[in-house]
Amino acid sequence: MVQSRREFLNTLIRGGILAGLGLLGGGMIFRWVRKGSCGYGGACEKCPKAVECTLPEARNYQQTVWQLDPSKCIQCGRCATNCILTPSAVKCVHVFAMCGYCDLCGGYFKPGTKTLSTAAESQLCPTNALKRRFVEDPFFEYTIDEKLCIGCGKCVKGCSAFGNGSLQLQVRHDRCVNCNQCSIARNCPAGAYSRVPATRPSLLKGSGNEGSSGKKGGPTT
Amino acid sequence: MKKTVIRGLFFLVLLVVSLSSFGIQRFPKPEFESGYVQPGTVIPAARTTILSILDVVVLLTACAVISWLIIRKRSRNWVFLISLCSLVYFGFYREGCVCSIGSVQNVALALFDGLYILPWTILAFFLIPLLFTLLFGRIFCAGVCPFGALQDLVAFYPQKLGSRWNAVLGLIPYFYLGLTILYAATGSDFIICRYDPFVGIFRFNASFGMFLFAGILLISGMFIARPYCRFLCPYGVLLNWISRFSWRHMTITPANCIQCRLCEDSCPYEAIDKPVIRKDPVPVRIRIRKLLLSGLLIPLFVLAGGWIGSQLYQGLADVNPTVKLVRLLNDPSASQQQPEPFEITAFRSSGKPVSQLCSEASVILKKFYTGGWILGGFIGLVFGFAVAGRMITRYHPDYIPHKSTCFSCARCIDYCPVKS
Repeated sequence: MVQSRREFLNTLIRGGILAGLGLLGGGMIFRWVRKGSCGYGGACEKCPKAVECTLPEARNYQQTVWQLDPSKCIQCGRCATNCILTPSAVKCVHVFAMCGYCDLCGGYFKPGTKTLSTAAESQLCPTNALKRRFVEDPFFEYTIDEKLCIGCGKCVKGCSAFGNGSLQLQVRHDRCVNCNQCSIARNCPAGAYSRVPATRPSLLKGSGNEGSSGKKGGPTT
Repeated sequence: MKKTVIRGLFFLVLLVVSLSSFGIQRFPKPEFESGYVQPGTVIPAARTTILSILDVVVLLTACAVISWLIIRKRSRNWVFLISLCSLVYFGFYREGCVCSIGSVQNVALALFDGLYILPWTILAFFLIPLLFTLLFGRIFCAGVCPFGALQDLVAFYPQKLGSRWNAVLGLIPYFYLGLTILYAATGSDFIICRYDPFVGIFRFNASFGMFLFAGILLISGMFIARPYCRFLCPYGVLLNWISRFSWRHMTITPANCIQCRLCEDSCPYEAIDKPVIRKDPVPVRIRIRKLLLSGLLIPLFVLAGGWIGSQLYQGLADVNPTVKLVRLLNDPSASQQQPEPFEITAFRSSGKPVSQLCSEASVILKKFYTGGWILGGFIGLVFGFAVAGRMITRYHPDYIPHKSTCFSCARCIDYCPVKS
């Protein structure tokens, strides 16, 4: 009798746990399916996060990856040191469409360099990952050797201070292991990291991929 | 060439003076005459969804196969083989992410932050092991979890800790789970991932601290089997609760126990309950009084724990980046630092007013105050139940696995001489 009472109680509790798990799963699925699943019912003007909203894509595809927003980045250099990978999964990316092809490149040369040569002592890049190639007078092309780039952002700092800002840091998803909690994101002083839809994994300035450049009500691709 | 430099410098000065419009091209894109073709910017694609689906399928298959092997086939060797496969797939191939242990944080964040979208794979990784546990006990720990598999490999000389030490150390996971949920729910941090010991081994790449932690756990794991699973794993708490009510749990013997005592020392996790036979029963009245007395202690523990938690809320909130930033801004020694901390530089350049930041921080602090009460109360409750639980004796004539702490590793099965 006692045994059967315990059995009965166990069955009841088992049913309760099952219902609880079902409720949790069902609730989450309901939230994805429902229109305006964000909890603000699509009322973007009430949402505090509307400027960095990536909901429509996230809702459709569900998978997210980490990315940093170059417009928030202050080039502190922590991307190079805080990634759990060595060298970091963050690399400098060159948006050629923004580049001015300057002879005196703020991203390539150390400030105050007199001779504009490819000598190591005049280069900003500590690993010689930024290559300079003559195109035509007076223009030079700058390309990045990603194998050498450590994501320190020194060239990015120079380029955004003295140039067009065509050199930008980005998480490279062929290297990134997509940690559940990005270790760089936790240490980023500018809060530039966010989860973005995996189908649209870049947030480059000047390539039509800005994530949070001040537009309200979600991104327009 | 010099002219270009001077022109460049002139433009620079001009634009630094009118710094207002960030993003406007200072140097217009040149028109090339030599037929130079501008290269495109390569953006490597992220991992495809199909591979995420594969992860979930592998998890489901592994859970189903291991359940069958434990419940029906009753073979330790096969369980070991599957656990090796899981270690290779979820550990070394998937490099430890996504994992069920960490998924607790995502679920907690999704429950408390309506704006966070929970990826469906993470939901699956959270729910599938719990469902299988409800059916067959902690089979996930036996051979699907890569952490468990790794520690199982090094459990060479398992020693007994004794029930008291087990009970005391067994309280740590509850504390860890409480903290995890508090930090995840307030959007502060994912501490399971932060203090993840084995992910560095899976990636052959980690900080020194991570390797040190993994080394300590693996070396102590040679003598104390599965230290992470037993005395740290926060997901294990959920599995522990659910496994108590599992539908078909692994049994040591396939038929009737013959009390041969061969399995007695077979469990490296001290999860086998020795027979407790009702000899001269303690009067019911005394047992009930004992239980009531310890039951009365529970509300006391809850209140005391809650109060302590609420007193510690400021310390707890220090992990939150917003709270940390406000503290940094108010700290006179930090603002005098040369160069100034990156956090302050970044905050200034964001153009956000300090008052807004402070109000955000005070909202977070309030959450931590409430969270401190709940966390402390929860710890008190767990502590109270642990004390009260020791007053209850369950009578059973046979050697049985302790459902809540048994990892269903099937070692004891090999020791049982009874054949079905």
